[in-house]
Amino acid sequence: MKTISAHDAVNLIPHGATLMIGGFMGVGSPERLIDEMVRQGKRDLVVIANDAATPGRGIGKLIDAGLVASAIASHIGLNPRAQQEMLAGRMRIDLVPQGTLIERIRAGGFGLGGVLTPTGVGTIVEEGKRVIEVDGAKYLLETPLRSQFALVHAFLADQLGNLSYALTARNYNPVIAMAADTVIATAEHIVPVGVIAPDHVITPAPLIDYLVVNP
Amino acid sequence: MKTLDAQNVIAKRIASELRPGMLVNLGIGIPTLVANYVPHGTNIHFQSENGLIGTGPLPEEGLAHPTLTDAGGKLVNALPGASTFDSAMSFGLIRGGHLDITVLGGLQVDALGRLANWTIPGKIVPGMGGAMDLVTGARRVIVAMQHTAKGKPKIVPACTLPLTSMKPVDLVVTEMAVISFRHGRAALLEVGPGVSVAEVLALTPISLELADPVPQMRL
Repeated sequence: MKTISAHDAVNLIPHGATLMIGGFMGVGSPERLIDEMVRQGKRDLVVIANDAATPGRGIGKLIDAGLVASAIASHIGLNPRAQQEMLAGRMRIDLVPQGTLIERIRAGGFGLGGVLTPTGVGTIVEEGKRVIEVDGAKYLLETPLRSQFALVHAFLADQLGNLSYALTARNYNPVIAMAADTVIATAEHIVPVGVIAPDHVITPAPLIDYLVVNP
Repeated sequence: MKTLDAQNVIAKRIASELRPGMLVNLGIGIPTLVANYVPHGTNIHFQSENGLIGTGPLPEEGLAHPTLTDAGGKLVNALPGASTFDSAMSFGLIRGGHLDITVLGGLQVDALGRLANWTIPGKIVPGMGGAMDLVTGARRVIVAMQHTAKGKPKIVPACTLPLTSMKPVDLVVTEMAVISFRHGRAALLEVGPGVSVAEVLALTPISLELADPVPQMRL
């Protein structure tokens, strides 16, 4: 793990990068990195995240700034701007059931060739997918997702990069931290090693490439 | 007793399906109201699919935590005994059959009990969120919806909107009727307050099995 400023962290991300971003309706999103991406104007982004949050919050800020070319998400219904961009054809959005999206990311991070899920069988989600029967039950083969970068937000990070999360801000964060080539983490508080007890570490330090230092 | 409006009739009737110890997920809209009718101190575990079991009503103003929210991103509280977890765990609970009841809103339900509730193509394209996993994975699926929309039945011979799951729901509760879908057959179990069986049949264009007589909802 290396420490880095928010400016330099975002500087690592090229235009057109594929990013997984933590957060659920903006709760648990790395706002400082998102603000810096808007400031640096990182464009043509491919974003993999649960949802589009709301305008002015989390991933919503990237959409407000017109920086997202396409997204894989489960829900954009609470962001009218995202709906407009999609219906106008300015942003491509692949909608994926929430449990399938998180499992595809988990598969990507856990070295699996995909997952078999009953969710979506017989619906429009099935289109173009392999249906596999196991013990008489039908499942869709859902393929793994990985990304160039994962932007993770934690509650506590220790000085080695071990992370723990607060309440419902955990959501996608520990899962995306497994599934990207480069993992950049921000935290509400950076604390001495040992403050997070081993049993309370959710994301182990070796998964973190860069920890954004506090300004 | 004060008269309940349609949404609260539905919510109160569904609350009577919940039992102590159950793990229950309430969707947005009418389903959220169900929690208002669970007697205080009943040990029901409410799940928010963003990663919380033990969802409770907001604490007094100024005591809410900014990262303690429900699946709609609204601030909530965590009741004593609550637990938090990541999204993979949350949907493992849902898809893995650990969720006793899910209560969801509905746009249409067909004669076999199959639900459409996530999109009106070309008009509302919010994404399915957790709905497909919830209907596919929960042990019991209850739909909370008004009986008609702009005077038109929402229980229809065949859904014109994309289905949420091929798996039939167990129970549909409207302000006019409680209808079960067991073994591919729809049965009218109860009628709403002040509603006659004839009125339900007139607004439910599918074949319904009837008890004789059909009791009124107990609220």
